[in-house]
Amino acid sequence: MMAFELLSKRLGDVFKRLRGKGKLSESDVQDALRQLRIVLLEADVNYKIVKDFLERVKDRAVGAEVLESLTPGLTVTKIVREELIKVLGEAQKPLQFNANDVTVFMLVGLQGSGKTTTAAKLARLLKKRGKNPLLVACDVYRPAAVEQLKAMGAKCEVDVYCGDQGLTPEEIALSAVRHAVSKAMDVVILDTAGRLHVDEEMMEEAARIKALTKPTEVLLVADAMTGQEAVNVASSFDSKVGITGVILTKMDSDARGGAALSMAAATGKPIKFVGMGEKVEALEPFYPDRMASRILGMGDALTFIEKAEAAFGKNEAIELERKMARQQFTLEDFLEQMKGIKKMGPLNEVLSMIPGFNKLPASVRGQIDESELKRVEAIILSMTREERANPSIINASRRRRIAAGSGTSIQDVNRLLKQFEQARAMIKQVYSKGKLTKLLS
Amino acid sequence: MSLLDAFYRGLARTRQSIARVFQSGAAMPEELYDQLFEALLAADTGLGTAEALLDGVKRELGRKTSPGIEEIRASIEKQIIMMMQGQTDLNIGRGPISVILFVGVNGTGKTTTVGKLAAKLGREGHRVMLAAADTFRAAAAEQLEIWARRARADVVTHRVGSDPAAVVFDAISAAKARAQDIVLVDTAGRVQTRFNLMEELKKIHKVISRELPGEPSESLIVLDATTGQNALEQARQFKQAVGLTGAAITKMDGTAKGGIAIAIWRELGVPVKLIGMGEHLDDLYQFDPSAFAKALLDTA
Ligand SMILES: Nc1nc2c(ncn2[C@@H]2O[C@H](COP(=O)(O)OP(=O)(O)OP(=O)(O)O)[C@@H](O)[C@H]2O)c(=O)[nH]1
Ligand SMILES: [Mg+2]
Repeated sequence: MMAFELLSKRLGDVFKRLRGKGKLSESDVQDALRQLRIVLLEADVNYKIVKDFLERVKDRAVGAEVLESLTPGLTVTKIVREELIKVLGEAQKPLQFNANDVTVFMLVGLQGSGKTTTAAKLARLLKKRGKNPLLVACDVYRPAAVEQLKAMGAKCEVDVYCGDQGLTPEEIALSAVRHAVSKAMDVVILDTAGRLHVDEEMMEEAARIKALTKPTEVLLVADAMTGQEAVNVASSFDSKVGITGVILTKMDSDARGGAALSMAAATGKPIKFVGMGEKVEALEPFYPDRMASRILGMGDALTFIEKAEAAFGKNEAIELERKMARQQFTLEDFLEQMKGIKKMGPLNEVLSMIPGFNKLPASVRGQIDESELKRVEAIILSMTREERANPSIINASRRRRIAAGSGTSIQDVNRLLKQFEQARAMIKQVYSKGKLTKLLS
Repeated sequence: MSLLDAFYRGLARTRQSIARVFQSGAAMPEELYDQLFEALLAADTGLGTAEALLDGVKRELGRKTSPGIEEIRASIEKQIIMMMQGQTDLNIGRGPISVILFVGVNGTGKTTTVGKLAAKLGREGHRVMLAAADTFRAAAAEQLEIWARRARADVVTHRVGSDPAAVVFDAISAAKARAQDIVLVDTAGRVQTRFNLMEELKKIHKVISRELPGEPSESLIVLDATTGQNALEQARQFKQAVGLTGAAITKMDGTAKGGIAIAIWRELGVPVKLIGMGEHLDDLYQFDPSAFAKALLDTA
């Protein structure tokens, strides 16, 4: 976490020469945007979209006032983030329903993007909201696709309509809608086969299903890991079938997700949900601001920096930076940080703002909770000053003493020492080759 | 369809965009380099690889005042081939049974690739056993059973939720009993950041090498060609878990540009061995770097 003081300082350093100027000049902005171009390309934003986007940002940033509370560097970053959020869709867009008639949602997308799982997740969500949904298996091509939907439907206790052997996807979709009407069900979710956007025949099939069933939502299910092709994929599905929104899957990965920006910019259609895992519950609303931070690879760094400065004070942050640069960061500092974190708010919230935190092994993330914090505090307080400054002297007998003194076990002490080493390693890594430092150096 | 035809078809779009650069008649080399840089980026090579490719070109042609477009083209091709140096054929047949382990993120094409490879190896005279070690995803075993039927291979499946390592153990025992010489292991898709699931893979790997020392002969990561830079991270993490011997790139029949193939080979030393060009039984090919480079850049 101390990495953050450091990053905020870096932001400051880079733009130090701008300080006091009051306004951002063209060449200053250009320098910053050159680095941002790299960040966006590494996040898989389409190169053409990057170009257009940065043009627009430049127009806005040049001449902008440097905000009182922020360094000029943070001002540029803030503008970029705001523009990203604008493109990603400022507010969440709710699903559209038919008021008096059965509502149809149609899911489309490339092979393997996650349509079947997403269909079940959506059904579960709607059911929780008091709807009576029907899942429809329109993928008659992929082996066992129908069985997969049936199993997932059973998991969330939603009926699955399959249609008789030999029916076309169009016929299945249409008879499913009739079936839903006759059973007084109110939402029909069509899971269609994955298709390549350049496969004309299959794209026409999708367009026919849409024409027959008149869905209020045609949702493109797309993989958050998609690269440069995201633009072509989204534009083709939009022009050939017509989409109303996007669902971004596999967001539980560490993909930066630049495809989200590419697709939103290319189609102007909102991203409505994100898939966060394989379980049927793992569907969440889309938050443009979080996505913007993720694409920039900076967590909610801006919020974090503000909070951290308030909690720690600027001088302390600079002192830490100095220590870290010399690799003198000790357990004493670790303890101070722990106390600081507590001041910043609920632990989970604070930690999730840290870029890279979600990259830590789940085993490490899982260990960090409030009671753990208390334990850590007790353990460090049971150490001598010398031990805190130089943990390598903590041998077996010292460990036993510290455990006894803090009312914890030797395993707890061992774990803390290991965590401390990991934290040190992480700091070192962020310090030496973090994405943001690249941007800012 | 020949391999080269297949490449041409799959890479048509990439080829066009790079071809456009060559045909644009950009006079100044700098301008030409810039346009080439963008074309390479559009192919998902990533910044580092695109830079390295063009640096190589500049190094080779630097002393010339105005290198011709043909020269530049040939030079990039050469750079790509140089970055993809190594064996692309599958390392099988060392022992009585060769095991090939397939790993990768959800939906990349593992099961389909296993099915297609089973058919290919069957045609070449091997006796193939499939292990349905995806015991997690709904209907995953049914999907592999259908592929086994198509490929005329045997398959071992267990119930949903059972231990995948046990499936692998049974498949190897069955292969020994039936004198089969190939075992293809289909695993559940997993995002590389899931600690427990990566540990599960290690366990599968351990069971294989315990039952058949020296195996698996191949641990292949299956990558979707539409994936961007995260593919590198995927390869890095799976390599750490099971020590990858190669990659299979799927969905090269569509929009795939295949740029990640170069990046993964160059940065991680993971060679591409197979490419998937469609959803049919015979849509799988051995990877050929020079055909790949040619198809990527051909202006014809
Ligand atoms: N066009 C095309 N589609 C492919 C190719 N390989 C696989 N697919 C399709 O991609 C989708 C996912 O393939 P699977 O083989 O189920 O992928 P998987 O990695 O086993 O998926 P999980 O087990 O769910 O993680 C299916 O619809 C396949 O038909 C390919 O080379 N080209
Ligand atoms: Mg599978």
